[in-house]
Amino acid sequence: MRFSGLRVLWEGLTGNRGWEPHWRDPAPKSEYDVVIIGGGGHGLSTAYYLAREHGITNVAVLEKGYLGGGNVGRNTTIVRANYGLPGNSEFYSHSLKLWEGLEQELNYNVMMSQRGVLNLFHSDGQRDAFARRGNAMVNQGDDAILLDREGVRRLVPYLDFDNARFPVHGGLFHPRGGTARHDAVAWGYARGADRRGVDLIQNCEVTGIDIENGRVRGVQTTRGAIRAGKVGIVVAGRSSQVAAMAGMRLPIESHVLQAFVTEGLKPVIDHVVTFGMGHFYISQSDKGGLVFGGDIDMYASYAARGNLPAVEHVMEAGMTLMPMIGKARVLRSWGGIMDMSPDGSPIIDRTDVEGLYLNCGWNYGGFKAVPASGHCFAHLMATDRYHEAATGFRLDRFRTGYGIIDEEGTGAQHNLH
Amino acid sequence: MRVAGKGLLAGARPVTFSFDGVRYRGLEGDTLASALLANGVRLVGRSFKYHRPRGVLTAGSEEPNALLTIGRGAGQEPNVRATVQEIYDGLEARSQNRWPSLGFDLLSVNDLAAPFLGAGFYYKTFMWPKSFWEKVYEPLIRRSAGLGALSREANPDRYEKAFAFCDVLVIGGGPAGLMAALAAGRAGADVILADEDARMGGRALAESWEIGGRSAHLWVDDVLAELAAMENVRLMPRTCVVGAYDQGTYGALERVGQHLPRSGSARPVECFWRIVARRAVLAAGALERPVAFRNNDRPGIMMAGAVRAYLNRWGVAPGRRVAVFGNNDDAHRTARDLVAAGVHVAGLIDSRHDAPRARDFRVWRGAVVCDSAGRKGLENITIRTARGKEKLQADCLAMSGGWNPSVHLACHMNGRPVWRRDIAAFVPLPGAVPGLEAVGAANGAFSTAACLREGAEAGARAAEALGFGAAVPDLPEAEDDPCRIAPLWSVPGRGRAWLDFQNDVTVKDVKQAAAENFRSVEHMKRYTTQGMATDQGKNSNVAALAVLADATGRSIPETGTTTFRPPYSPVSIAALGAGAQGKGFAPERFSTSHAASVEHGAPMIEAGLWYRPSYFPKPGETHWRQSCDREVRMVREAVGVCDVSTLGKIDLQGPDVGAFLDFVYTNTFSTLKVGRVRYGLMLREDGFVMDDGTCARLGENRWLMTTTTAAAGEVMRHLEWVHQALRPDLDLRFVSVTEQWAQFAVAGPKARELLNGLLDAPLAQADWPFMACGAVSVLGVRGRLFRISFSGEQGYEIAVPARFGDSLFRELVARAEALGGGPYGMEALNVLRIEKGFITHAEIHGRTTAYDIGMQGMVSEKKDCIGKTLSQRAGLMDPDRERLVGLKPVGAVKQITAGAHLFNRGEAPVRVNDQGYVTSVGFSPTLGHMIGLAFLRRGPERIGEVVRLVDHLRGIDTECEVVNPVFYDPEGGRMRG
Amino acid sequence: MRIPCPICGERDRREFYYKGAAVALDRPGPDAGEAAWDAYVYLRENPAGRTRELWYHEGGCGAWLVVTRDTVSHEIFGAELAGEADV
Repeated sequence: MRFSGLRVLWEGLTGNRGWEPHWRDPAPKSEYDVVIIGGGGHGLSTAYYLAREHGITNVAVLEKGYLGGGNVGRNTTIVRANYGLPGNSEFYSHSLKLWEGLEQELNYNVMMSQRGVLNLFHSDGQRDAFARRGNAMVNQGDDAILLDREGVRRLVPYLDFDNARFPVHGGLFHPRGGTARHDAVAWGYARGADRRGVDLIQNCEVTGIDIENGRVRGVQTTRGAIRAGKVGIVVAGRSSQVAAMAGMRLPIESHVLQAFVTEGLKPVIDHVVTFGMGHFYISQSDKGGLVFGGDIDMYASYAARGNLPAVEHVMEAGMTLMPMIGKARVLRSWGGIMDMSPDGSPIIDRTDVEGLYLNCGWNYGGFKAVPASGHCFAHLMATDRYHEAATGFRLDRFRTGYGIIDEEGTGAQHNLH
Repeated sequence: MRVAGKGLLAGARPVTFSFDGVRYRGLEGDTLASALLANGVRLVGRSFKYHRPRGVLTAGSEEPNALLTIGRGAGQEPNVRATVQEIYDGLEARSQNRWPSLGFDLLSVNDLAAPFLGAGFYYKTFMWPKSFWEKVYEPLIRRSAGLGALSREANPDRYEKAFAFCDVLVIGGGPAGLMAALAAGRAGADVILADEDARMGGRALAESWEIGGRSAHLWVDDVLAELAAMENVRLMPRTCVVGAYDQGTYGALERVGQHLPRSGSARPVECFWRIVARRAVLAAGALERPVAFRNNDRPGIMMAGAVRAYLNRWGVAPGRRVAVFGNNDDAHRTARDLVAAGVHVAGLIDSRHDAPRARDFRVWRGAVVCDSAGRKGLENITIRTARGKEKLQADCLAMSGGWNPSVHLACHMNGRPVWRRDIAAFVPLPGAVPGLEAVGAANGAFSTAACLREGAEAGARAAEALGFGAAVPDLPEAEDDPCRIAPLWSVPGRGRAWLDFQNDVTVKDVKQAAAENFRSVEHMKRYTTQGMATDQGKNSNVAALAVLADATGRSIPETGTTTFRPPYSPVSIAALGAGAQGKGFAPERFSTSHAASVEHGAPMIEAGLWYRPSYFPKPGETHWRQSCDREVRMVREAVGVCDVSTLGKIDLQGPDVGAFLDFVYTNTFSTLKVGRVRYGLMLREDGFVMDDGTCARLGENRWLMTTTTAAAGEVMRHLEWVHQALRPDLDLRFVSVTEQWAQFAVAGPKARELLNGLLDAPLAQADWPFMACGAVSVLGVRGRLFRISFSGEQGYEIAVPARFGDSLFRELVARAEALGGGPYGMEALNVLRIEKGFITHAEIHGRTTAYDIGMQGMVSEKKDCIGKTLSQRAGLMDPDRERLVGLKPVGAVKQITAGAHLFNRGEAPVRVNDQGYVTSVGFSPTLGHMIGLAFLRRGPERIGEVVRLVDHLRGIDTECEVVNPVFYDPEGGRMRG
Repeated sequence: MRIPCPICGERDRREFYYKGAAVALDRPGPDAGEAAWDAYVYLRENPAGRTRELWYHEGGCGAWLVVTRDTVSHEIFGAELAGEADV
């Protein structure tokens, strides 16, 4: 079924009885060409692009819970390509380009809203670091504008320019950045993959990975054994556990990142605003809730819930930066489990097991990566070659020291990125 | 309208308030909702999507409809629940999300378009043309969405945060909570009893039953009086416990001044509490649930329990002709209370065929309400029985679909609630929050007697577990009716039957979601927005779940619930972030020269948590560059004074300090002689540079380490780590003395001359060579002197105990000025160090190695040290890495900017051609041109080469020559001289 | 979250700095080889369950601790001084 305004009209006039399931609920077959472990944003987009770009449709996506139930359904919905280091630059640039055509590509309104992402700076040193990053963005073909204090004031007059603890000196503005409706991204890819023949299998937990003579043969699941020529692990949040089934130990530590939404409010924040000094970022959803977040809770966790110190720190950052949000009430908080890697950058690579591929380590930047992650991972799984936009996310970079992509410069302590 | 003789507000003071510009009178103790109902106001809001008229539904914080904006100006507060907000004189309330008025809302046209606005319609349209999303569709959607509005002005009110500790936290002050507090309090435990209501008592204030043989509220008064008299019990009314966190930590929001006029009050509006409790008793009660039927959302249709609360507590009848609809005995209790108060009961519709009969009102047994009518308020309902349909006039319908225990807090740590078929409700999973026990209605025990008993037992148990000798208090007599209920979630039929009143989610939407295969409860929620309104589904989730279960052929427990997340009730950002507005976000650190610097007119800039002077303007200087250039020349030609106290200072003592330093620095320190200073480089264990600085050996077993300002905390932590965890065998102790010592750089050809005027014994050149250190006496004060230089000139750093810092700085500046010098700030300091090629964290930004900054020679081959092994990985020693160089402009544009990127001449400024980037720049008055430090691929091999410098953001595209990063006095003669 | 410092008693999590898994106590020798160093600095067991990890009582006594904690329930089983802990 093709979605359109006309279809909505027609269905409305005929009692909304014609809507079809977004995807099937097939029983797992005993064998697939490719099995993707993980039905989150990255797994679903991988399956979609395997079918769409490579014609590989005998694919199963195995999801232990419900589709899109991980971090793709639990984030602050920010999309941006404002990285400063090679490896990241080309990848997120590629992702943003995919985002820009995603509604039409998927025939699904993911509400990609290019409202602009503003990163504030508070000292000359930060300004220069942002200039370096902004220039890298332009070098890559993306957009970046360096704003002075008055430029920031014109854009976001509601900041506290006079009394804040860290006065705003200016900002790096990325007009093509913005937000998207997070769940819709998962559903759009799921629907697209399903329509191309991919089996999306929910409530199917992988319990083992079958390896013979250094080659992957399939997986064991709570719904039986499934043979597969190739297996992709795309389970950020549980990467260490699933990789352990293949005898691997990953450079990953799991941490909880909380985020928040307020009650609905009339439009008041028109961009994504990021306050680096306070680890605070905020935007307003189309429904009117202020959606915002901060840093991780800083201790290893699989609990998908956090504690008050991190909560309060985020709110404190908000109050010093934009005290006009004080009367907004936090309606809900949530926590997602982050694959924190030692340099803050992800891993998209082969493993030592033939036919077994790994996609993990998204830290807290996974949402904006969903299109390119799937696109590049599908390319790697289909062709056994790195996609040109994702040559830097190698698993062995820590061992060799080549190509470590540490945007924050905080080094090999997982929680500091 | 107020019912004479009813309620607990007898004799209360009258209060005047306004709603949408109309003045009304209420009574002290009224909520906005009770006062509006007393004045016959039924229409109070509009729904989110269809802008349908909405009236008060509940009498608690779960209210989804009666959300108002309170106040005006900067402090206006949107989305305030009228059911919680107490009225005060002059309170101004306005309806929201309507235009132009509440009575006539143009967007109510959405209601007519409802067939096209069903579940998830927006995912299927608004995609064409592509550019219209940001330009047309989204702005329209945003404008029509949202509830109340923020003022857009800085919050003008006070908020606070606080910690509290107790043995037993009792959450909820109804019969169960009161008994729990009584039991634990009598046992001697420290008890906090928190209740979100202004007046404790819970349902005991809202019902007509008796406890201990008299009106329940009188029993409540007695218990509260006993609790208030106990020193170990703290009563916290107006305090909603909103979240359960680890190790017995609870978040709670107290409305300290929310119920009072703002003007002139020193009270905070709200206080956010972190309560640490060794045990907790959850006695949060239960929330009544609506029944979904066609047009069940009109103003006048209310929860039956709320109708009883308004009647029994506030003496308000929400209608003149009240009908009651339910599937359980509470419906009958409602009708009886109304009749007893003299309110006309039009009839009771009970879905149960075996419903009790009544003498005083008509009962339709085995019947349902299947529709309602009335444009802006209920006028009549349609009843469907086995015999057919009939209309019944009513201006208020009290409905009861049963009760949902308030399990939320018990589920905040991921425990899922358990379905109990006998009461058709979820109850908490025991043990889901360690140390917390749910009792009473929150635990599914719905009779008053059961609440009293469970509360008393849990309170005693909690105290006993903590070692208090506790006894279960005597239980007063109370009703002990069984819970008789026949599940009824939605009334079948055509039309729209509301589940989520605020978000306009209907039974149809849930069924459509299921048809589109959004069968998981999480999918259904996200697709329909069911339960995502300001009540977070408190009123509607269980019914929606039941509808979904039915639509997918599963049982309710099979279908499962969505996740319960904090906060239980929304909390203002101002409360959670209290104290941070303005400067409170982070500590401010001031050096001892702060006041003197400010007196000199220096702009003070943030340097981490510190403030440091940017430059010291002289009369006639209109631009910072003039001051900076003068200060640089002053240091090069005469003498300058600069406060360097912000650098981290760590005092290390013990026989093994040398060995310890050998392990944390790349170079060797154990060989350093007493009275000498050495520059050191510190790596992280991953081989990248952590920090640099100097270390002075003050005595055989005493050393003083200096860190950069930025990394002082990190280095201290690192040293503790290395010592305690990796090298506990080494005998040393160390402590940060950053705050204890004021330290000033005195640099320039006349530095010694200046110091000699100050020191009690003049410096002999031979005793104070470059990198010497030792004790000195400064105008009678014992101090320390270090012959080190960050400027490249003959330089000293003089340190005195911090209490002498201010006077020493003033003395130094005065003497420097007399010698043709003066103070210099961060700008000049930066230029001076760039001229010398000295690095700061602009260069050691966490991604650079010793090799990158040309210091690989400082990594001693003779010993192990932190970071050494991994710094020798192939990837970190690759000649192709970007490495430190100097830059000198040679293009037409003689400008260099930090953050610019470097390219080979003639190559396009795109990523694949990137050769490096500029980290630090300054105009060198000494050399007469701009200079810069940069990281360039194979940099040291390319000295003399001309590269292209591009700064897209600042519009600069020029050429630079790659030069040695030491621009000035590369031999170091001036520094040593 | 409350952490039982062996020196100060139970304190709020705000007073502590988190470093990571207690594997960091077991520093390899300089010649232990690439794999040992990779495992030490980068690779992590990262269990969903009980784990030993390093916390620093930065806002308190300054002690580095090994805390035994469950990463799923956040239950804390105990804490000992890093200098006295088993590697």
